[in-house]
Amino acid sequence: MFDFFLTFPALPREFLRDFKRGIDNGFKEFSRSYGENIETFFYPLMKLLVFIERLLISTPWPIFIGIVSILGYWATRSLKLVIGIIIAFTFIGLFGMWEDTMETTGIIVVSTIVAVLVGIPLGIWMSKSSRAQTVITPILDFMQTLPPFVYLVPVVMLLGIGKVPGLIAVVIYAIPPVVRLTNLGIREVDNEIIEAAESFGATPRQKLLKVQIPLAMPTIFAGINQTIMMALAMVIIASMIGVKGLGLEVLRSISNQYLAIGLLNGIAIVAIAIIFDRISQAYGKRVQEHRKGGNHK
Amino acid sequence: MIKIKIKNLYKIFGRNSELSIPLVEQGMGKDELLEKKGHVLGLSNINMDIEEGEIHVVMGLSGSGKSTLIRHINRLVEPTSGNIIIDDVDITGLDKEALNNFRKNKTAMVFQSFGLLPHYNILDNVTFGLDIKKIDKLTSQSKGKQWINKVGLEGYESRFPQELSGGMQQRVGLARALTNDPEILLMDEAFSALDPLIRKDMQDILIALQKDLKKTIVFITHDLDEALKLGDKIAILKDGFLDQEGTAVDILLNPETDYVRRFVEDVNRGRVLKAKNIMQDASAISKDLLNGQSLKVKADDVIEKFIDRVVVDKPDLIEVLSENGSAIGYLSPDRLSKILRK
Repeated sequence: MFDFFLTFPALPREFLRDFKRGIDNGFKEFSRSYGENIETFFYPLMKLLVFIERLLISTPWPIFIGIVSILGYWATRSLKLVIGIIIAFTFIGLFGMWEDTMETTGIIVVSTIVAVLVGIPLGIWMSKSSRAQTVITPILDFMQTLPPFVYLVPVVMLLGIGKVPGLIAVVIYAIPPVVRLTNLGIREVDNEIIEAAESFGATPRQKLLKVQIPLAMPTIFAGINQTIMMALAMVIIASMIGVKGLGLEVLRSISNQYLAIGLLNGIAIVAIAIIFDRISQAYGKRVQEHRKGGNHK
Repeated sequence: MIKIKIKNLYKIFGRNSELSIPLVEQGMGKDELLEKKGHVLGLSNINMDIEEGEIHVVMGLSGSGKSTLIRHINRLVEPTSGNIIIDDVDITGLDKEALNNFRKNKTAMVFQSFGLLPHYNILDNVTFGLDIKKIDKLTSQSKGKQWINKVGLEGYESRFPQELSGGMQQRVGLARALTNDPEILLMDEAFSALDPLIRKDMQDILIALQKDLKKTIVFITHDLDEALKLGDKIAILKDGFLDQEGTAVDILLNPETDYVRRFVEDVNRGRVLKAKNIMQDASAISKDLLNGQSLKVKADDVIEKFIDRVVVDKPDLIEVLSENGSAIGYLSPDRLSKILRK
């Protein structure tokens, strides 16, 4: 009698087995018939990724460090960051992690580009349509709380192991902040400024391009910054499905208990994370300089 | 000529609010409507004629519906029912494109907290309306600069709004509206956020500009003194109803409702009423007075300006002169004292 309350009455074992098998077979069927199409669809992404990786790897290291330093100085006007950049890349180079770092950087760059290209329009759509917002918000919540390992499975089943499935997993994991903050940034624009634009007869498009997006820029950049950070976290996990770079070394060190390799690659990841973070944050702040006033001559 | 004609305008906020119009027509008030239907009564049966070239002030306390009313004139707020006719066109029937064209060419609005674009400099802010109209940069910039000079902001073209004081920001707001050369200027509590002294400056700037411009101006305010100073006509709104409409003198001397009466109680009439507002025809004055000793005042002088001379000289009659010096009316000291006694 009490058994009923002590053990949850699960569905019959046979049913569950068939149920799971049904889903698996269905999905396998789906990927068998459409996998190739999907692969063709993502082929340009593959091209872009390979191109950027080759570019990064074939760039002579002094030039690469120089470019990142200039970028860092231009965004932050801080010599400290430039010195940090030089030290970090020297460390990476000296310990033989240059090529892995370039591969990781490449996939971060491409996944950020894709996340921004998809995420900002989605965020704009959400800000325009409350219905879109009510539909997309729970999906984003779901994407952000689902353990990242879980979405590796369907991606691998669809596209196999390799760079592109890894990239897609990274984009899915990293896209929510840029979508959310684009939506938030546009919705937060002062209503009287919107009314002012409308009172002069601005079309929705003019309103968006001349008023809403420029004023939402600081918030959008905060979203891009978070997206980059999440991409960095996911790129390590994505090494399990064939993404090369620093993550793969970390994975190797876990399975073989190589403490030194794990530590070195971990530190390299932290270093590039800090550099990405500082540069994108500083750029976001520069976009909103007009808000403080007095900085324009 | 009537420029803007508002006919039977209702605005009720809430879902399916048009269903509540019959109830309001039968006399249901704001509180009852909210309790029974969950609808908020914004405006109820507003009828208003706004003359071309005049400053028409709409006055009311917060929640009276005055900001809602002004937003109907450029349809930033959609009416629940009613018509707004501007130059023979019912703007409540315009589609999106026609509405945008109407906004581009006929109206411009000045906002309480300025509504400036923080990422544009002053010149770009002022030419925003022309930019929306896709007028070429050279033309719009030279027009913009003219207006920047006229409102006294020369040299600030490349500054950003945040660098300017409130009064200066609102001058930008005014210049932005005027650069568009609208026929109708909508001013929503335009000076309410400013300090008293700056506010007075802005009122004087507006009066000075209006002398040449002769725009049709709809001016929203919660301040009776401001309404009396600026308004050719004043409409008083209360809880979405139009309580009384008339000239400053009508409102001051013949308040029609208790609400208006309470409002005008503390107004210093000597500072508001001008000689021309209270003068009478010669026919209303007795022969003895007409032949007696008289004091000459200008038509636009407020009572305060000549009251001291009335007290000292004790004239039999006050003669009101036009700009060119001819007598256009008379005022007996008796009448003057009655008006001032309230």
